Amino acid sequence: MLMTRDQIYEQVRDVLADALGADEDEITPTASLTADLRAESIDFLDIVFRLEKAFSTPDRPFKISPGELFPENLMENPEWVQSGRFTPAGLAMLKERMPHVDFAGFDADVNKVAALITVDAIAKFVERKLNAAA
Amino acid sequence: MRWMWIDRIIAFEPRRSLTAIKCVSLAESHLHDHFSADTDRPAAPVMPTSLIIEGMAQTAGILVGSVNRFREKVVLAKIVRAVLDQDVLPGQTIRYTALIDRLDGAGASTTGTVERLDHAKQDGRWDAIGAVDLLFSHVDRNLAGVTFPEANFVFSDNFRTLVESAGIPFDAPT
Repeated sequence: MLMTRDQIYEQVRDVLADALGADEDEITPTASLTADLRAESIDFLDIVFRLEKAFSTPDRPFKISPGELFPENLMENPEWVQSGRFTPAGLAMLKERMPHVDFAGFDADVNKVAALITVDAIAKFVERKLNAAA
Repeated sequence: MRWMWIDRIIAFEPRRSLTAIKCVSLAESHLHDHFSADTDRPAAPVMPTSLIIEGMAQTAGILVGSVNRFREKVVLAKIVRAVLDQDVLPGQTIRYTALIDRLDGAGASTTGTVERLDHAKQDGRWDAIGAVDLLFSHVDRNLAGVTFPEANFVFSDNFRTLVESAGIPFDAPT
């Protein structure tokens, strides 16, 4: 049976509360994992493991591939990043590979891209994956 | 030389679990200061909790490292949970059992139990005294993009001796 959006959000909120030691009232849909909930890079690995565990069922494993939640090795490709900013091609790639993220108001600064990942973005990411697998 | 907080690996199931023991001794000088006598009370040597966590990190780290025959640099990234209900005193033995929970290219998560054998009781019983769950990173594939020296500085000298004495294959150059 498919989970509802609310059920997914509640489970994501529990995962983030455990992984980041954040209070539940801090975990709002628009809260940024890095900027508001103080997540560090290693926390993303913890979150990925916990999401895999939380959303796997015996007949349907929930496996997140490297780079699926957040593209890797961005800085090494000059086609995507120049002088610390995403190029138009880089931005297009990000939007295509991160459909769960809201890029409104993003100024292409590479240092700010991690802060775009919000609680809602994680819930959307899970919802898309579950729907694609259904 | 690494400060080793396990003495011997006593059980190993590849990719799944590893058990190690640590014999706590009054010959370890740090116990003389933890806690030393003061004017109100006598000395109370107790194995520091931080070092019990490090013992589990070494146990679980060897388990995770063994998956790729110690070629990966496996570094403790996060203490997910550490609960220890009772003290361990000199003359007692700690048993660490670590299990791999999740494992992929970027790292691994482990769960672990800590037990204590009190030789004075002479009943041979291991009492569960806590749990330590950890997260490890394969640092050469870290998400932050930081680079590290090529040589494997994690699994060196003493680790190799400990691992090989348990019959676990060790490939990493030291």
